[in-house]
Amino acid sequence: MSNHLKDIILKIWRQNGPQDSGRFETYKVDEISDEASFLEMLDYLNEQLITEGKEAIVFDHDCREGICGTCSLMINGQAHGPERSTATCQLHMRKFSSGAEIVIEPWRAAAFPIIKDLMVDRSAFDRIIESGGFITSVTGGAPDANLIPIPKPVADSAMDSAACIGCGACVAACPNGAANLFTSAKIAHLNSLPQGQAERYKRAESMIEKMDEFFGSCTNHGECESACPKEISIDVIALANADYRKAKLKNKKFISRI
Amino acid sequence: MSTQLNSKIPAGPLGDKWASYKEDVKLVNPNNKRKFKVIVVGTGLAGASAAATLAELGYQVDAFTFHDSPRRAHSIAAQGGINAAKNYQGDGDSVHRLFYDTIKGGDFRSREANVHRLAEVSVNIIDQMVAQGVPFAREYGGLLDNRSFGGAQVSRTFYARGQTGQQLLLGAYQQLARQIGLGGVRLFNRTELVDVVTVEGRAAGIVVRDLMTGEVTSHAAHAVVLATGGYGNAFFLSTNAMACNVTAAWRAHRKGAYFANPCYTQIHPTCIPQSDEFQSKLTLMSESLRNDGRVWVPKNPDESRRVVDIPEEDRDYYLERLYPSFGNLAPRDISSRAAKRLVDKGQGVGPLKNGVYLDFADAIARLGKDVVEERYGNLFEMYERIAGENPYDMPMRIYPASHYTMGGLWVDYELMTSIPGLYAAGEANFSDHGANRLGASALMQGLSDGYFVLPYTIGNYLAPMLNKAIPSVDHPEFKAAELAARERFNGYLNIGGTRSPDWFHREVGKIIWDYCGMERTEQGLEKALSELPALYDEFKKDLRVTGSGESLNQTLEKAGRVDDFFQLGMLMCRDALERQESCGGHFRSEYQTEEGEALRDDDKFCHVAAWEWSGDPMTAKRNVEELEFENVHLATRSYK
Ligand SMILES: Cc1cc2nc3c(=O)[nH]c(=O)nc-3n(C[C@H](O)[C@H](O)[C@H](O)COP(=O)(O)OP(=O)(O)OC[C@H]3O[C@@H](n4cnc5c(N)ncnc54)[C@H](O)[C@@H]3O)c2cc1C
Ligand code: FES
Repeated sequence: MSNHLKDIILKIWRQNGPQDSGRFETYKVDEISDEASFLEMLDYLNEQLITEGKEAIVFDHDCREGICGTCSLMINGQAHGPERSTATCQLHMRKFSSGAEIVIEPWRAAAFPIIKDLMVDRSAFDRIIESGGFITSVTGGAPDANLIPIPKPVADSAMDSAACIGCGACVAACPNGAANLFTSAKIAHLNSLPQGQAERYKRAESMIEKMDEFFGSCTNHGECESACPKEISIDVIALANADYRKAKLKNKKFISRI
Repeated sequence: MSTQLNSKIPAGPLGDKWASYKEDVKLVNPNNKRKFKVIVVGTGLAGASAAATLAELGYQVDAFTFHDSPRRAHSIAAQGGINAAKNYQGDGDSVHRLFYDTIKGGDFRSREANVHRLAEVSVNIIDQMVAQGVPFAREYGGLLDNRSFGGAQVSRTFYARGQTGQQLLLGAYQQLARQIGLGGVRLFNRTELVDVVTVEGRAAGIVVRDLMTGEVTSHAAHAVVLATGGYGNAFFLSTNAMACNVTAAWRAHRKGAYFANPCYTQIHPTCIPQSDEFQSKLTLMSESLRNDGRVWVPKNPDESRRVVDIPEEDRDYYLERLYPSFGNLAPRDISSRAAKRLVDKGQGVGPLKNGVYLDFADAIARLGKDVVEERYGNLFEMYERIAGENPYDMPMRIYPASHYTMGGLWVDYELMTSIPGLYAAGEANFSDHGANRLGASALMQGLSDGYFVLPYTIGNYLAPMLNKAIPSVDHPEFKAAELAARERFNGYLNIGGTRSPDWFHREVGKIIWDYCGMERTEQGLEKALSELPALYDEFKKDLRVTGSGESLNQTLEKAGRVDDFFQLGMLMCRDALERQESCGGHFRSEYQTEEGEALRDDDKFCHVAAWEWSGDPMTAKRNVEELEFENVHLATRSYK
C-alpha cells in the first residue's frame, strides 16, 4: 500500500516570459502519496495554486511514459532528476522522503531559450534534423522491404541509437551546452544502415555544421551519457566524428566507395 | 428524416476498387500543384506522412501542431507494432485475410471497401518505412521479424522493440523535416486549431491560437486535412498522452462535419491499474505481452497466499478456458470485459483488488530469461518503474483502460468529411475499424491514410479548382470565427469561479467512464445524459482560469479542451443509447448472448450513425449510412 510523504519544500524557477529575468519561488506540498509521479506532484501543486487564485507553473510534458521527450526539468541540479535512465515523467515520489527540499529549474542552455517558467524552446533540434537527419526516399518508390537483408547486430545497434527521444537532457547536462549526443545518435542510426549510405557523408557534414550554429562544442565530459534517459552511448559521437572527418576529405569520390 | 450519406465507394469487384479509383481519379499536373495550398493540422503518423507526401508532390503545405515539435505526437507512444499482409512468415497470410480479420475484429461495423484498401496498401507501408531507415526487428538471417497480435492467427506484426510507434513517427517526422528544410512545408508549432472556417459550404481554412502569445489568426487554403488524433481522454484517465483532445474534430463538427459512431471507444485490456487518487493517466503495457504472458486470477476471491505459492489448480486462466483457440490473444474488447467481470466479482488482485495477473513464469521457463528480456525488456522496466515490482519474479498486474477511439469524423471513401474540402485522417476519422480495432492496426491506418490515400484523393477535389480564387483571410467568415474564438477564450478567463479545468475534466471523465465505459445500460446512459448537462452548466459558471490570455497559459488551453470534451461526452452517451445492440467495444448489457458475448442486431443497426450538429449535442441529428456486405458473410464473432 502507498505511504504518504509530508512537507516537501519546492524551490521552483518562475519566469514570466522570455524577457523576464526570473527568480526562485518556494512552495510547500503538505502531503503526497509516494505512488504519485513527480509530475503528478506538480499537478497537485498547480491545483493548489489555482485554488489560491495564482497562476499555475508552466512545464512541458505529454506522454508521461518516457517516450515523447517533452518533459524536461533540472531536479536538484540533475537533468531528469536522481534516477538513472529515467525521464522526469517516469520519476516517482517514492525516490524522495518527507521533508525533502527539491530545487526545480528549466534546462539551461544558450540554444534553449526559456519560454516561461520551466518550459524551454528546443526547436534548434528540429533545425538539425531538417538539415540532414533523414533518408531521402520519396513516398511510393520503395523496393520490397526484404530485398536488403540487414544483419541483426546492425539493426540492433541502429535501434540503440534511434531510441533517442530528443528531450535535450544531454545539452542541459553538458557544461558547454553541446548537442553532440543528440546529433550523433541520429547520424549513427542512419549511417549504420545500408539505406543510409547514399547520403552518409553529406548527412554527417550538414548536421554537424548546423549543430555548430546553435550549440557549444563537445570537450568529452561525458555528462550527456549519464543524463540520457535512454542510455545512448557516447560512442555514437566518435562514429559521427569519423564520418564528419571523412566528409571533409577532398577525395569524396573515393570515400563514397569505402 | 435522416439524410442518406454517400460514401462514394467505387463500383467493381472489391479487390479492384482502389486500383480503378486510382486509374480514374482527376490529376493535377506537376507544375500546377504549387498553385494549391493544403493545410494539414496534426503531425502525428497520419499528418506527418500526409504533409510530407503532399509537399513531395509539389503542393504548398502548411502544417500545424500544438506540440513543440512533430516528433512529440501521441503516435510516438505506440509500443507493440504495425500489421501488414506481407506473408513473410509463409504462414498463410494474405491481403484477403488481413481484410477479413479487420472486418471481423470490427464486429462487422466497418466499410468493406475501405478496409480492403487498407489491407492492400499495408504492404507498401512496410517498404516505405524500411526505405526511410526504420530499424524494425530482424531475424539472424537479416530478414524482417514478425510477431502475432490479438485477433489474428498469423504473424503479421512488424515491430521495433517495444517502441514501434516511436520509430515510425520518427521516420515520418524525418521525411517531413526534409520537406521543411526544402521549403515545401511551413511548420507552425505550438499552434492550436480553435476553429474551422467554411465559406459557401466548402472548407476555406482554419483559425488558430498561438500558444506562446495567445494571438488568434486565420489561415486560408484550398483544402484542409485534420489528422488530430483520437478523443480517448474524454474519460480523463486513459493511456493517451496528456494533451490529446477532441477540439479540432469537435470544432469541425460544429461547422457541419458529421461525427460518426462516437460511442465506439476501445478499452485496452493490458494497462497498469490505478494506484492512487493523484493518478493523471494510465500506462499501457503492450498487447504483444499477451503472446507470451498468461492471464489469470486466483479462483478464490479471498486468496491470501503469496502469488508464487498459489498452485496451478487454484488459478483460473480464464481466457484460455473461455476462448481455447485464441486464448490469451482474444481481441481487446473480449479480454477487457472478461477482466472486468472477474474484478467485479471480487476476484481482482493487487492492493486495491483492481487488476488481473499477466504471468511470464511459463515463458521464462520455456524460452529462458534472455529471450523474454530481448522481446519485452523495456516494457518490463517500464512496469517496474511505475508499479515498483519486478515482472521477472512477480506476475504483472493489469486492468483495462481507455485507449483508442474508433469513432471520429465521418469520411467518405476519399477521406473527405461531410464538408467539401475538409478531410480527416488517422485516429481522427472513423473509417476502418468498425466497432473495435485490432492491435497494430492504428499505425497501419494512419500511415495508409497519410501516405497512400490522401495524396490521391485530394487531387481529385483540387483539380477542378485550378486558377479559381479562394476566399482570403479577410473574408467575413474568417473574421467572425476569429472574433468568436477570442471571445470564447476571454470568456473562460472571465468566469472567475472556483474550480480548475482539471477538476471538471476528472468529474466529466468519471461520468463518461461509469456510464459509457466498458459496459453500458439504458438506465446508466440516461443518468449520464441528465448529469452531463448539469455539470456543463456548472463549468460555465464556476470555472476558474488563472493567468492571462496574452502569454503561454496551460490552464487556459485546458479549459478549451475540457469544454469540447463535455459536449462530445453528451454525444457519446446519446450514440450509445440509440445503438440498441452490442457490437465490439460498445457493449450494452441488455443485448448479450447467454454466454455474455456482444449480441448484434444486424437488421436494425448494420449502419454507421453520423451525427449532425444542431446547436446543442443534446439535440444533434442522427443520420445513417447503411453498411453493405457483399464479400463477407455477417457472422457472429467467435474466438472460441
Ligand atoms: C499507449 C498507446 C499504445 C499504442 N500502441 C499501438 C500499437 O502498438 N499499434 C497500433 O497500431 N496502434 C497503437 N496505438 C494507437 C496509435 O498509436 C494511434 O491511434 C495513432 O498513433 C494515432 O495517430 P494520429 O496520427 O492519428 O494522431 P496523433 O499521433 O495523436 O497526432 C495528433 C496530432 O494532432 C495534433 N493536434 C491535435 N489537435 C490539434 C489542434 N487542435 N491543433 C493543432 N494540432 C493538433 C497534435 O499536436 C499531433 O501532432 C497506441 C496508442 C496508445 C495510446
Ligand atoms: S512526458 Fe513524454 S517523455 Fe516525459
